[in-house]
Amino acid sequence: MKKNAEITINEQWCKSCEICVAFCPQKVYEMGRFYPKIVRPEDCTACMLCEKLCPDFAITVTVPDKIEKSQ
Amino acid sequence: MDYLQYLRKDKMPHIWCDGCGHGIVLKSILRVIDKLGWDKNNIAMISGIGCSSRTPGYVDFNTLHTTHGRGLTFATGLKIARPDLHVIVVSGDGDATAIGGNHFIHAARRNIDISVIIYNNYIYGMTGGQVSPTTPGGKKASTTPYGNPDTPFDISRLAQAAGAAYVARSTAFHVGKMDRYIEQAFTKTGFSVVEVLTPCPTSYGRRNKEGRGVDMLMYQKQNSIGIEQAKGKTAEELKGKYITGVFVDKEQADYRQRYDEVIKKASKLNK
Repeated sequence: MKKNAEITINEQWCKSCEICVAFCPQKVYEMGRFYPKIVRPEDCTACMLCEKLCPDFAITVTVPDKIEKSQ
Repeated sequence: MDYLQYLRKDKMPHIWCDGCGHGIVLKSILRVIDKLGWDKNNIAMISGIGCSSRTPGYVDFNTLHTTHGRGLTFATGLKIARPDLHVIVVSGDGDATAIGGNHFIHAARRNIDISVIIYNNYIYGMTGGQVSPTTPGGKKASTTPYGNPDTPFDISRLAQAAGAAYVARSTAFHVGKMDRYIEQAFTKTGFSVVEVLTPCPTSYGRRNKEGRGVDMLMYQKQNSIGIEQAKGKTAEELKGKYITGVFVDKEQADYRQRYDEVIKKASKLNK
């Protein structure tokens, strides 16, 4: 089974700027009532663009390969 | 990478507005520091006053938050006293080119080994959206409600003319480019400047009908042009475009090398 990157959103720090929703090339996010929702996590290619563009340090993308290597 | 190891977590979340690009630039700086493997205790981050100058408050390095426009003067003193430290100055467009304009050009002229990251958002964001030296002509600010009559400064060309060893410009959207330029600036011996164009949705975008931070980043994505492609194009074709790229990358003796020579000369004469 293909392993997907794990995305977490820190809602305490998110300011709902919608940058992740607008710029994700795979359209993984959709805007919820207050915070972005991860609606298509299986499409994530771990390009890290959302993590790099999130100005509020709210998004963390963990790539499974890296986890295995570090263990 | 784990950004949180470099942050003062008790100060987060930061004060920057939603859609503000300053957080993106800070992340880029942290990524480069992580890549270079610098020790937190060997880094000094210095700033003046403004939105951008809140940056040192959030990072877990040796930090100084100084008076308006004078970040570079404190940094100069620090670098001379402690040449082993990596001295980084973060500054805004108003901080670096208006009230600290003279300090900026003279630090560049002196070519002291400091890296300056200038967050250019075309406005004084923190103090209420007053016009800054980089506000484009015709754009509105709280002090120019009918449009700015002045011609803006081009920070990169100013630094180039003043004699900086490394000058580059990126937009906040182009994170890959920004990482590369900041890394080159950090590893350069001599005065290195990276100008990053960041969106200010609250004070600039709202007044000039440019939308939210997302829309301003989208504009950056669609309207950036490399310095090589911009060559040979007319001013009319380049209107509204952001020219990005490396403006200067040259080797020249930095202030410390030249000052060491003066010390050698003086100690010989006084024997």
